[in-house]
Amino acid sequence: MRSAARNRPIQILLLAVALVGLTLPGASPVRAQDEPPLPPGLSPTTPAPSSEPALPPGLVNDAPSEEPALPPGLTQATTPARAEDDTRKNFRERLPFDLSGFWEARGGFRTRNDTHEKDASIGETRLQLKVEKSWDRIVFKTTGDFLYDPIFNDPDVDLEEGEGFFDLREANLLLRPASFLDVKIGRQVLTWGTGDLLFINDLFPKDWNSFFIGRDQEYLKAPSDAVKASLFTNLANLDVVYMPRFDSDRFIDGRRISYYNAAMGRRVGRNAKVKADRPDDWFDDNEIAVRLYRNLGTFEAALYAYKGFWKSPGGSDPVSGKAIFPELSVYGASLRGPIGKGIGNIEVGYYDSEDDRDGDNAFVRNGELRFLAGYEQEIGTDFTAGVQYYLEHLLDSGDYQDSLPPGMPGKDEDRHVFTLRLTKLLMNQNLKLSLFAYYCPTDEDAYFRPHVSYKVDDYWTVEAGGNLFVGDDDHTFFGQFENNSNLYVGVRYGF
Amino acid sequence: MNLKNQTSRFRNHVLALAGSLLVLGATSFAQTAESIPVDEIVAKSNRVSYYQGRDGRAQVAMEIKDNQGRTRERQFTILRYDVEPEGGEPDAVCEQQKFYVYFHRPADVNKTVFMVWKNPGKDDDRWLYLPALDLVKRIAASDERTSFVGSHFFYEDVSGRSPEEDTHELVETTDNYYVLKNTPKNSDGVEFSQYTAWIHRATFLPIKVEYLDKNGEKYRVYEALGVETVDGYPTVTKSRMKDLKAGGETTITYSDVKYNVGLPDSIFSEQYLRNAPRRHLR
Repeated sequence: MRSAARNRPIQILLLAVALVGLTLPGASPVRAQDEPPLPPGLSPTTPAPSSEPALPPGLVNDAPSEEPALPPGLTQATTPARAEDDTRKNFRERLPFDLSGFWEARGGFRTRNDTHEKDASIGETRLQLKVEKSWDRIVFKTTGDFLYDPIFNDPDVDLEEGEGFFDLREANLLLRPASFLDVKIGRQVLTWGTGDLLFINDLFPKDWNSFFIGRDQEYLKAPSDAVKASLFTNLANLDVVYMPRFDSDRFIDGRRISYYNAAMGRRVGRNAKVKADRPDDWFDDNEIAVRLYRNLGTFEAALYAYKGFWKSPGGSDPVSGKAIFPELSVYGASLRGPIGKGIGNIEVGYYDSEDDRDGDNAFVRNGELRFLAGYEQEIGTDFTAGVQYYLEHLLDSGDYQDSLPPGMPGKDEDRHVFTLRLTKLLMNQNLKLSLFAYYCPTDEDAYFRPHVSYKVDDYWTVEAGGNLFVGDDDHTFFGQFENNSNLYVGVRYGF
Repeated sequence: MNLKNQTSRFRNHVLALAGSLLVLGATSFAQTAESIPVDEIVAKSNRVSYYQGRDGRAQVAMEIKDNQGRTRERQFTILRYDVEPEGGEPDAVCEQQKFYVYFHRPADVNKTVFMVWKNPGKDDDRWLYLPALDLVKRIAASDERTSFVGSHFFYEDVSGRSPEEDTHELVETTDNYYVLKNTPKNSDGVEFSQYTAWIHRATFLPIKVEYLDKNGEKYRVYEALGVETVDGYPTVTKSRMKDLKAGGETTITYSDVKYNVGLPDSIFSEQYLRNAPRRHLR
């Protein structure tokens, strides 16, 4: 009896040691204090299955007790974020529609002297407002840019050419009359095709002035006034776009960008602005663009057709001397999909210049066969490279050469262009460095578009970039713009 | 865990659920008292993390804090759809999934859509829709272990890392957790040498994951900070990824989580890139 009583403390001690031993990590590579506490939602609410014995004291919660307590606010995991969310919703809900947009200022200068143009390449501030209102099967969207441009002060608003203090970029209704049919009516920006800053079957209007002077890339696409019907079936999808009146490019006309004037045989600018005779009869001078597309496995295949006009001047009137937009039909196809670690694409287009099918009319552009092949792949962390090869092959090159006035430099039968795109993201993807370069070995000219942008915070972005043209000849595609080479900076506040 | 967790917490497989639902946990508890094969823990954890329900949606708010304490936010809606395997086993998890990520904020990505078809055993198919240009851009699959939208979460954290890519060892079973040590079978192309996951025994949700770099130092930690049971599925509604080496962390909050919404497959197509499924985004 006495010995048993004397042994009792020892037994208790042994028991305690045994219990502690159970809780020690021992040889386990994982230390107990690494064990996470149960997050809210698991710990208090977990019902212990009735079959399980209750844990003895000393085992319960020993690990969590060594864990740092959750900071205040975390235990109510979702509440703070929701409260934040509500604030934002309240701000937006004050309006009966969705409002967003940005304000920006942009300035740039020519790096070379151009006697025919202003030294400033761009100097403008812009407020873009987007209003969107959606109902069950209808979305109304409008985007308008208010522009103040003290350098190229042009107060008269021309919504067709995007001039003046207001540019209407979008104003359309998107309807879904049936699950397999979407219809978009009104002013809209349209894009299709597979090229990267090269366009074969995308014959929607481009704004080359904006592109060359360093506006945001968004402004390369000019809006169309169109009806777009999209039909979706299991077999294939069909887009039909009808533009009741021709929407030309906002083409290079000498006002902001100097160019090579073939008739005058030299580079000109504001001294020889292009006077154009644009087809502009409603419903007569219309355009139709069609795309039929479907997935083939992981590849996307598409067929295209277009009937309308050369989008930038494709000839001149021998009598008036005005630039004209001859009739054009284009038929093409594209294929895009994963190849190796990247994305590959090919696209072809047959340009049927209907007013010069024989190629012997010196005043109308020849027909062409265009082809491009591209490949893009990630080559490092947040580092992407893309290359493209592009070909413009003149149909009836011989007749074209014969039709040229003596002494006028002509285009080669084949114009080859290579492009390179490099994009690198740094600093948590807030700093973006990019370069896009076009190089044409046949014309011996090139165009470089370096760009750097930094997101200061969720609202402010600052950027700088350039448009640098080099070439041996005055008349080649990129070489003619040599004196328009420019550098620019910009700042934008998005909301 | 954003895309991933959220998207994933769903899948319609009743069998899978049975294992993970707390209420039905009695069997799994009984089982674990002996030993549950490590592969089963991994499979169940993968399932509840990425495949719960047939489909799912959630509003996601990300707060990205850099090493100087400056914060940036991302807000997006995510839709997830599991493609039914043809005549497949209902318990399979390695089938195709489709994600539709619609950005609300910040302003420069408002209404931008990122769509991913996650293909078992192959690279993802990815598309980006840029509304200002009405441009549908096919984009190359990136390294799965690069940042998702500038956050501290990787693509792989969001959409799931295949269990096949690692070997798994159950190093400890605590009251609450299975503690798993995971080692990549091919250490090329991953920046970690191993990671330890604390998997909640009752729900199989990973509550904490610690990554060790090639020197064996802990440099990256994932933590589930909040769990709610949504439509019967235990769901991580708040999580955080910390970068211990470079500093900074990202916290993700999921709200309005719903499972088995009845999303049609057709949403994950060019039609809906250009004309968003607004009903499912609100």
